[in-house]
Amino acid sequence: MLGTGLLQGLAVTARNLVGSFHDPKRFVTTQYPEERTKLPEAYRNFPFLVSESEDDLMGTLRCVACQICEKECPPQCIYIEKSKDKKPDANGKMQVYPAVFDIDTAVCMSCQICVEVCPFDAIKMDQVFEIAATDRFTGLLLARGALARPNSYYHALHPIDAAEVDDRLATARKAAAAKAAPKPAAAPPQPPVAPSAQGPAPKPAP
Amino acid sequence: MSLLATTDSSLLERAPVLLRDWLSGLLPPPARWVADALIEIVAILAVFGTLFAFLTLAERKILGRVQNRPGPNRTGWFGLLQPFADGIKMLTKEDIVPRAADPVLHFLAPVALIAFSLLTFSVIPYGRDLLAVRMDASVLFFFAAGSATELSVFMAGWSSHNKYSLFAAMRALAQLISYELPLLLSVVPVVLAAGTLSTAGVVAAQSGWTWGFIPHWHVFTPWGAAGFAIFMVSALAESNRSPFDLPEAESELIAGHLTEYSGFKYALFFMAEYFGMCALSGMAVTLFLGGWQAPIPGLGLVPSYAWFALKLLALIAGFMWVRATLPRLRIDQLTRLAWKFLVPLALVNLGTAAFWSLTFPWAGPLQLLRWALALALVVGPFLLLGRRLSAGLGARTYRYA
Repeated sequence: MLGTGLLQGLAVTARNLVGSFHDPKRFVTTQYPEERTKLPEAYRNFPFLVSESEDDLMGTLRCVACQICEKECPPQCIYIEKSKDKKPDANGKMQVYPAVFDIDTAVCMSCQICVEVCPFDAIKMDQVFEIAATDRFTGLLLARGALARPNSYYHALHPIDAAEVDDRLATARKAAAAKAAPKPAAAPPQPPVAPSAQGPAPKPAP
Repeated sequence: MSLLATTDSSLLERAPVLLRDWLSGLLPPPARWVADALIEIVAILAVFGTLFAFLTLAERKILGRVQNRPGPNRTGWFGLLQPFADGIKMLTKEDIVPRAADPVLHFLAPVALIAFSLLTFSVIPYGRDLLAVRMDASVLFFFAAGSATELSVFMAGWSSHNKYSLFAAMRALAQLISYELPLLLSVVPVVLAAGTLSTAGVVAAQSGWTWGFIPHWHVFTPWGAAGFAIFMVSALAESNRSPFDLPEAESELIAGHLTEYSGFKYALFFMAEYFGMCALSGMAVTLFLGGWQAPIPGLGLVPSYAWFALKLLALIAGFMWVRATLPRLRIDQLTRLAWKFLVPLALVNLGTAAFWSLTFPWAGPLQLLRWALALALVVGPFLLLGRRLSAGLGARTYRYA
């Protein structure tokens, strides 16, 4: 009969109207600045740099300025300058470090390719999405100091991935120490970390 | 709002009239009638202006709740200051007039629209003693002033010199003229039954109760129920409300005849739409729902204008409910509904009303026969015409999908 469909539709809207007052499952809006939803662990937006120590963020950056991420970055938002000097990395080995490491978050497209290609687990994806700035040229261009986060921060964001990375680094360090111990005199130059399982390694060293 | 000799009414009932008489009493006698008229105009503007402001908020809140979201809730307590924030925004916006537009008509269209929709408020009886203009043909005046708003819509579309505006204005004319007919035809039985064209008279004709609890409202008769339904559907179309909001179909025509309007002029159009909705709902209350009459006897303490307001708000809530439910019609569906369904139904309804008033003396078992015949006259054509209207429109099957 004509009109029954209209009545059914009206019943549906009425049910939603009443339901939104007593059924929290229907009424899912989160009052954003005051309330926040828990982001899923896989959520990502912009990269950050991992440091080993909380006290000395700049001194213990895992990044060795190999510039693979800079070359791979599709929108070319990473800019790295190598340092002239070397200083000991997390393993105590002398390494180059990034004197300048800038990411233009206005350009970054959150593709995570920098993370995939990094052989040193030095760059990871962050979950901070409120990076609005009043000046898009300077405010969104994040320098080394603004990008560095301690390893504990990475653990808080992605506990499973971070534990795996720590395991891998620890085995690599143990292997390096075992290799270095028998013949300490004639140790050839070695990369500090063994090639990781997840990314293509630049060149597996013996 | 002339003072009637109502001795039985409470102080609350007479309060608005007493207040007006006290205010105009401060002036010398020759100026009193001007003061009276001005006070009535100011009262209507203030009441319906405020109602408009909060109806926009209520509509957004209700639509939000229907879609399971809270609606505006940031400005003030529960978003109660949202209308004022919107108003300030509208007032401070730039008023843009296109270079190719006709500046005089472009300016005149919103002014004429708001003026005509305000005129319609003058003949609605808001309470026992609250009626701004008493005239014998006030029902006729209401619809005359109401259909003049169509002129302003076309004026807006024509003067904007914009193809979308003009398209929308043509559509609006087609729609408004199509629905003017069932709207008026559904009112004729009321005039027939009440024997008067004055709104106060129509309300007076609906006073009293059968067996002490069923009010004599027109909606409780077979022809009245059908007429009320036809009136409300036509009122939806006349006030450009969803699902008949074709003139300003935003997905097809940008904003229709409002495309080239901004700032305060746009706000005036918006206001006129709500005024039109309020006026038509008020007329529906007056013609079919007993006007300011109380639904059950023994509620003399509640002033009559409170009953009117309650019924008005209920009808407006119905408008919002329909808007939250139904998608927009196509222009051919829209006109087909008017000409092939509502107009024939309204014409048949005229016969039903005539039958109903001719069989007024029937009593006893004949009363049952009277109801059965009248109901058959209402339901039969509805079923037959409804079958014709939806013929060939079965459930859609997707064979190759």
